[in-house]
Amino acid sequence: MNRIKSFGAFWYDFVIGDDWHVAVIVVAGLIVTALLAHVAGIPAWWVLPLCVFGALGWSLHRATASRRS
Amino acid sequence: MNALPLILTVFVACVVEAVEALTIVLAAGLTREWKSTFQGMGAAIIVLAVVTAAIGPAISFLPLTALRLVIGALLAIFGLQWLRKAVLRATGYKALHDEASAYLREVAAAESATKESRRGVSDWYSFTLAFKGVLLEGLEVVFIVITFGDNQHNIGAAVIGAAAAIVVVTITGIAVKAPLTKVPENWMKFAVGVMLTSFGTFWGAEGAGVAWPGNDAALLVLIPLVALVAAAYIFWLRGRGADRAAPASASESPEVVGS
Repeated sequence: MNRIKSFGAFWYDFVIGDDWHVAVIVVAGLIVTALLAHVAGIPAWWVLPLCVFGALGWSLHRATASRRS
Repeated sequence: MNALPLILTVFVACVVEAVEALTIVLAAGLTREWKSTFQGMGAAIIVLAVVTAAIGPAISFLPLTALRLVIGALLAIFGLQWLRKAVLRATGYKALHDEASAYLREVAAAESATKESRRGVSDWYSFTLAFKGVLLEGLEVVFIVITFGDNQHNIGAAVIGAAAAIVVVTITGIAVKAPLTKVPENWMKFAVGVMLTSFGTFWGAEGAGVAWPGNDAALLVLIPLVALVAAAYIFWLRGRGADRAAPASASESPEVVGS
């Protein structure tokens, strides 16, 4: 059981890393992009870049805010 | 897409990983024993070859749209991890990855470990140290080679980039017999983070059903844009007066292999 846990933890750390919020925002961005493109028929190429920039900024803010005080 | 950007991106990414693996291998080999170190390296290379042989062809069976969606998402998340660390290091919020101190840490640990023979390996510590170091850094190389190579239908070009990086770092390491401290690792990680994030965003959005304005030419705008935004975050964090802040706190994960 411990080996399975370590294996899972390794892959989580490898792919997701220090901040899981980044992964959630990117996946959410992809879902919104797909919905806008396929359901609403809107050219949604701008959604994912905005999510990526937002995810990076948000993650950096969270990582640094606690160390300012 | 021209093969040159693909080769260069994979080359720079793999140089960073190879430098980190070299530090660990040198610490094991120079401090302990070369034979067991080489056995550890060899075992790791075999595992990496098996992983590549298993995952590479399996991924190529996916339809292109699904492939771009999955790989784009993974690359964007992976690239953002690199960018995040590079920005935090550039602004002093996280300790810079220092090959010299990483080497000294590994040497101190290697010198204090007892010598133990196991499973036909005369020094088990050297074996496992080299095995883990090469395997962990190598997995990142495999990930980058497979994702970039498969997406561009040009695994060969990606392999050339990775092999060139490993050869260059190995030859340099043999020549200087010391960790490569002069390599500007943080800025290389920044550049690779920009490339991984840009390609991941581009492919991910395509996989989600988007047609980019200008098709592939959109990358020529997206890559500089990602670099500019990341650079702007560096200025923003420095502007908050944090560039002299203490390095990594307990909330940030410690410097580990592969980070």
